[in-house]
Formats: sequence, C-alpha cells, structure tokens
Amino acid sequence: MWTRLKRLYHKMGSPKWFYEITTRWSKWFMAVGSILMLTGVVWGLAFAPADYLQGNSFRIIYIHVPASLLSQSAYIIMAVAGLVGLVWKMKMSFVVGKVIAPIGASLAILSLLTGAIWGKPTWGTWWVWDARLTSMLILLFLYFGVIAIYNAIENDEMANKAAAVLSIVGSINIPVIKYSVEWWNTLHQPATITLTKKPTMAPEMFIPLMLTILGFYCWFAVWVFARTRNEILFKERKTNWVKKLLLSEHKKTTGAQL
Amino acid sequence: MFFDDFSSFLYMGGHAQYVWLSYGLATVIVAINFISPVLTRKKIIKDIERQLRREQK
Repeated sequence: MWTRLKRLYHKMGSPKWFYEITTRWSKWFMAVGSILMLTGVVWGLAFAPADYLQGNSFRIIYIHVPASLLSQSAYIIMAVAGLVGLVWKMKMSFVVGKVIAPIGASLAILSLLTGAIWGKPTWGTWWVWDARLTSMLILLFLYFGVIAIYNAIENDEMANKAAAVLSIVGSINIPVIKYSVEWWNTLHQPATITLTKKPTMAPEMFIPLMLTILGFYCWFAVWVFARTRNEILFKERKTNWVKKLLLSEHKKTTGAQL
Repeated sequence: MFFDDFSSFLYMGGHAQYVWLSYGLATVIVAINFISPVLTRKKIIKDIERQLRREQK
C-alpha cells in the first residue's frame, strides 16, 4: 500500500506522466460534468418548484452555491498544493497551485455577483458589509494576490514560494467564511447543505443542486488539467517528448511534415 | 414542468432579470474558463513549432 502510494506520488511529480494521464481523464470529467450540469440546470430552472418565500429568484441557488463551494475548495487545494511544494519540493504541485488561482478567482467573482443579484429581490439590497459577504470578498483578493505574485516575480522559484506562503496563510479565511453565518448575525442565510444534518430542502429542489455542484467540480478538474498541461508544455518545450508529441499532432491535423 | 407555458418560464414570476442575469454571467465565466486554456495552448504550440523549424534549418 505504502510503496504503491509512494510510486503514485513520484509519477505525479513527472510532468510527462501528468500530461498524458490528465489528457485521458479530462475527456471523462468533461462528459460526466456536462451531463450533470445540463440535467441539474434544466431541472433547477424549469422543473423544481418555486420557493414559497423567495419565489423563482431562488433558482439562482443552482449557480450561486456550487460557485461559492468550489471557490473555497479550490482555495484549499491551492494551499495544500503550495504546502506540498514547499515541504517536499514537488514542482508539479506548485504548477497546480499556480493555475488554480485564476480559476478560483473567476468562481469567487461568480459567487459574489450571483449573490448580489440574488440579494436584491430577497434582501432589498445588492450588498451589505456583513461577515459572509466580506470574507468572500477577502477570498477573491487572496486569489488576486497569488495571481499578482506570479505576474510580478520573474524568478519561478521565488514566485512559487511566495505564492505558496500567501495561499497557506490566507487559508485562515476559509473557516471564517464557513462559520461567518453562525458566529455573527448576518443577513446571509445559514448553510444550505451540511454533511451532518438531513437537508431541509425538498428533494426536488435539493437533487438538482447536488447535480450542479458535482458538475461544477468535474468542470473545475477539466480547467485545472488544461491549464496545467499548458504550463507543462511551456516548461518542457525543449525536451524530446514534447517535440515528438507536437510532431505527431501536427502530422495528424495537417498530414504534412513540420 | 413547473411553469404553465414557455412565456411564464421566461418571466420567472417577475424575477426574470435576476434569474437570467445570474445564468448569463455563469455562462460567460464558464465559457472563459473553457476557452482561455485552449487559446493559450495554441499560442504555446505555435511558439514551439516556430522554434523547432528554426532549429531544423
């Protein structure tokens, strides 16, 4: 067991292996994610009943909750990747952390925007400086911070280290987001989904939500894999396997020699 | 379907602007996440191929 795990770890550290395996995995994540999203969105938009208090605006939940959850999960993955990179000097780990930052930022933006749009008919305001909303805004700025570090620092090794440290320190914000609705009096409603209690939502509202959450996670994997493969291609551009790969792809698409 | 007809589906019980704006934004952000790495990939491959051609000469 242990040796197998160790072998997997070493394989994951190899850019070529990562490139090839994620090419295969991506197709599956793409197919499953698309089916889940399509089903969940159609179900949530057209078939789920309207909320008895909020009416049809509650249908924003099928975007807002997956985007919010994923933007936080993505942050945790980014921080763990940074930690693994710092402790075990695993280069691939830094690459994954680096490519997550822009994706996570886009999801945090989606969460904040859909939250604001949902807030208008529900609370009568686009924005309040309450704990949940403010800590989500901080999450977005943490992502911006990581992106800025990579843009500002030319030296790869320095940028990796600085970004990893910021990711790890910033992860203190994640429990703050999670418990903000319990610790402070907020306008934001308490968690929709908890692992410990049975869902309070009706199943015909809840199941499509699970589908869009899982669908978003699958798509997230596709996005991370695609960006990581780009980083690998660039970093390994001088190696033989990349040259061979490009030559064979070139032949396939144009039928001509390079 | 929950709604009686297609126009009441679009109307969303008076919440049309909020619901459709949210889903529109989601579509844009999802599309960016899918398209952006494809464009980057094309650019990287083009650069590497140019480099390879120069080496072959």
